[in-house]
Amino acid sequence: MAGLAAVFGSGAMTNSLPEVENHDVIFVIGSNTTETHPIIGLKMKNAVRKGAELIIADPRRIDLVRFSHLWLQHRPGTDVALLNSIMHVIMKEDMIDKKFIESRTEGFKSFKDSLEEYTPEYGERITGVPKQDIIRAGHFYGNAVRPGIYYTMGITQHTHGTENVYAIANLALMTGNLGRESTGVNPLRGQNNVQGATDMGCIPNFYPGYQPVTASGVRSKFQMAWKVKLSSAKGLTATEMIEAAHDGNTLKAMYIMGENPVLSDPNMKHTIKALANLDFLVVQDIFLTETAQMADVVLPAVCFAEKDGTFTNTSRRVQRVRKAVQPPGEAREDSHIIMELAKRSGYNMDYNLIEEVFEESKKLWPALAGITYKRIAKTGLQWPCPTQDHPGTPYLFKGGFPRGKAAFTVVAYRPSEELPDAEYPFLLSTGRQLFQYHTGSMTRRNDAINAVSPAAYIEIHPKDAAVLGIKDREMVCVTSRRGSIDIQAWVTERPLSGTVFIPFHFREAAANMLTNNACDPIAKIPEFKVCAVRINRTVESEENVNKG
Amino acid sequence: MVTLKIDGQKVTVRKLSTILDAARKLDIPIPTLCHHPALSPFGGCRLCLVEIKGSPKPVTSCTTFARDGMEVKTTSPQLENMRKMTLELLLSDHPTDCMVCERAGDCKLQELAYFYGIKENRFIGERRTYDKKDGNPFIERDMEKCILCGQCVRICDEIQGVGAIDFAYRGLKTKICPPFDKDLNCEFCGQCVAVCPTGALTGKMWKQKGRQNFTKIDTICPYCGCGCNITLHVRRNEVMRVSSKPETINEGWLCPKGRFGYQFISSPDRLTKPLIRIAPKEYSASYTRNIPPHPPLAKGGLRGGSDIFREVSWDEALDYIAGRLKDIREKSGPDAIGGLASARCTNEENYLFQKFMRAVIGTNNVDHCARY
Repeated sequence: MAGLAAVFGSGAMTNSLPEVENHDVIFVIGSNTTETHPIIGLKMKNAVRKGAELIIADPRRIDLVRFSHLWLQHRPGTDVALLNSIMHVIMKEDMIDKKFIESRTEGFKSFKDSLEEYTPEYGERITGVPKQDIIRAGHFYGNAVRPGIYYTMGITQHTHGTENVYAIANLALMTGNLGRESTGVNPLRGQNNVQGATDMGCIPNFYPGYQPVTASGVRSKFQMAWKVKLSSAKGLTATEMIEAAHDGNTLKAMYIMGENPVLSDPNMKHTIKALANLDFLVVQDIFLTETAQMADVVLPAVCFAEKDGTFTNTSRRVQRVRKAVQPPGEAREDSHIIMELAKRSGYNMDYNLIEEVFEESKKLWPALAGITYKRIAKTGLQWPCPTQDHPGTPYLFKGGFPRGKAAFTVVAYRPSEELPDAEYPFLLSTGRQLFQYHTGSMTRRNDAINAVSPAAYIEIHPKDAAVLGIKDREMVCVTSRRGSIDIQAWVTERPLSGTVFIPFHFREAAANMLTNNACDPIAKIPEFKVCAVRINRTVESEENVNKG
Repeated sequence: MVTLKIDGQKVTVRKLSTILDAARKLDIPIPTLCHHPALSPFGGCRLCLVEIKGSPKPVTSCTTFARDGMEVKTTSPQLENMRKMTLELLLSDHPTDCMVCERAGDCKLQELAYFYGIKENRFIGERRTYDKKDGNPFIERDMEKCILCGQCVRICDEIQGVGAIDFAYRGLKTKICPPFDKDLNCEFCGQCVAVCPTGALTGKMWKQKGRQNFTKIDTICPYCGCGCNITLHVRRNEVMRVSSKPETINEGWLCPKGRFGYQFISSPDRLTKPLIRIAPKEYSASYTRNIPPHPPLAKGGLRGGSDIFREVSWDEALDYIAGRLKDIREKSGPDAIGGLASARCTNEENYLFQKFMRAVIGTNNVDHCARY
């Protein structure tokens, strides 16, 4: 988000869901789309059926590879090298859009020079992808008319995540593949309302609508609206808060609504120590999550089916959420709880209907001004939607970029923070799988889902398994510099040899015991996708096999 | 574009449209059991027969392209007779347990039997019977009720791209099954359940939870960022089933979480009362190498209080929080407090949350899990 915002002036998916089916080239990098965004995955498959060419860059043989025309199995964390060498090909063979570069971008010259060293040969050496495939990828994308790039956390969850995003933006800019229907750059958001939470200003540097807290004009607008003096200091990100609670002792209290950082944050021991360090922790959730168990006060909230409001999907579509059932016991809506807390803290938040909150946010962010509950009763609308008669915006940057000219960024490849070595010889990536969801507080309470996805596993390549003497379904012990877990081994050709994968949904073998909490310096996204681990056969594994 | 006449009415449709498409455009009803607008034409159920002027035999309208100047008749005594006979043949090999069938009232076969008034059946004889039940946890596959329309096979292949099932065996033994007649083991998206015209495919988790008299509420799926539109079927304050309409942005397709992942709503583990910690904090910090802190809070253990928390009233909890936050703010400043909002909550709640942190607490320390 931070990366795209810096380049274009707005960080969101530039196309919308129906447009997915009309690309002629789809480039999926760092997104296991069919498992993490199954319905967008369906649309990609349909695009392929309609004749689109599908390029996938992923270290794992994800399911979508079955439908692809070209699969680049690059080493985790080498995305910049891969993208730069693809761009080198496009540049060298002059498949760039000179008119677009001239009229709508800046910084092309130095960017062009920076690509010089990223020959396909260099790319092959760093990424492990054969140079012919890098050249082919350049041809596919460079010659495309309506290409779309799709990425998720495989790109962002690196210590150089922002640079990965810059590289993707460069690729789209140099070929002029932005601002047209079915053509663009699409970060897929992983949760039902990540887009909305970000839009609504639940980020430390922006008020609602990406208006910077550091700009005094913006601040005075919000001060007038909220009738209170506001802080001009940029706040802490989630990862910085954990850090501040852990070391600095500068953070004394946290109020956590509907999140479970104990399981979802990297380096679990570190997170737990940080939360235990706090003087006061309030957790508001629908279940007693691992985080709630550490709280001083736990507040029972209601789930999506028990409240009214709106969610904004990954393509900026604001859609209506409706109350279907009464909440259990004394559980209350989050909005109600926040208003009550505000009142008891001496600030009046008075709304009779949840719609009034939406109306207030619209007044402060013009991109939503044309959206009303009535207009989205049946179908949602995509922001920007500035007026009542505006049809919404399916794709962004039609007339230009919010920041004027989009900027090329010179991006140099640098290796991930923690790479395998003699002591920790394997590279661990973490992520999701189809059936479970995030920390599992919802899906792991479903009998049918638990029947097909009962426990955590580590995917390990047959070659590596043979070297270690590990058999399929055997219990192994996985250790990183930060922790250790016992987990079942799945011997499969999905991962690249030398790398292993663990889904992070399972508390009893939590992948985040192992992960590294090193962060991208700009976006502050932790490096969930690369850390070094060691794998041992467990002593008790024989017993387990016999039992199981 | 081509122009043709159906039952005397003129209609213009795009080239490569079928007669069925053209008739649907005119809102002329032609019965079908195997047709689905998103799938390739099949021509299996033989109910959509129509007569074309100049053509000696009736043709299936779902597999015949409309041509310029065509004159089509969708109904005649002869056509209706043929349709009725086809239905009788289908029903001769179909259980008549509509009273207890999950799909009663929502079954295309039942509906057509009703319209054609099929009370008795000339063709009763040998019937397919299967002893083996599919053991998968999501989808009830009652193959005795299957009419072999093939919609599930096509949707699994053409939309989902999985191809978990296909036609197997021959003649009367023909059935739809996974490879080697094993239990279904697929992505469990349930697309096949959504298109099945009869009671052959239903969701195991909504068995005997009710057929009609649901309140249906349109809302948005709570899982990933696709934002699929779903419809909750509610009865007695419980979500009994999830479906999706074809006219939505997700075209009615869902994934296993969206279609089957609603059990958590009525989970007995849901929090129902505010809790205040009574045990010292160190308790949580001490955990073994594998497992995160998990105090002995067995199911129901919470309701009666536990060693770690006691249940309190909302007033007590809220006053306590407001008081503690005020103390910390006064002692260490507003920036000593941080808030994490939720990508699972609504826009309105997130707006209020950041407003609370900024306007009430006075800090910009507000974030959510966009980075995870």
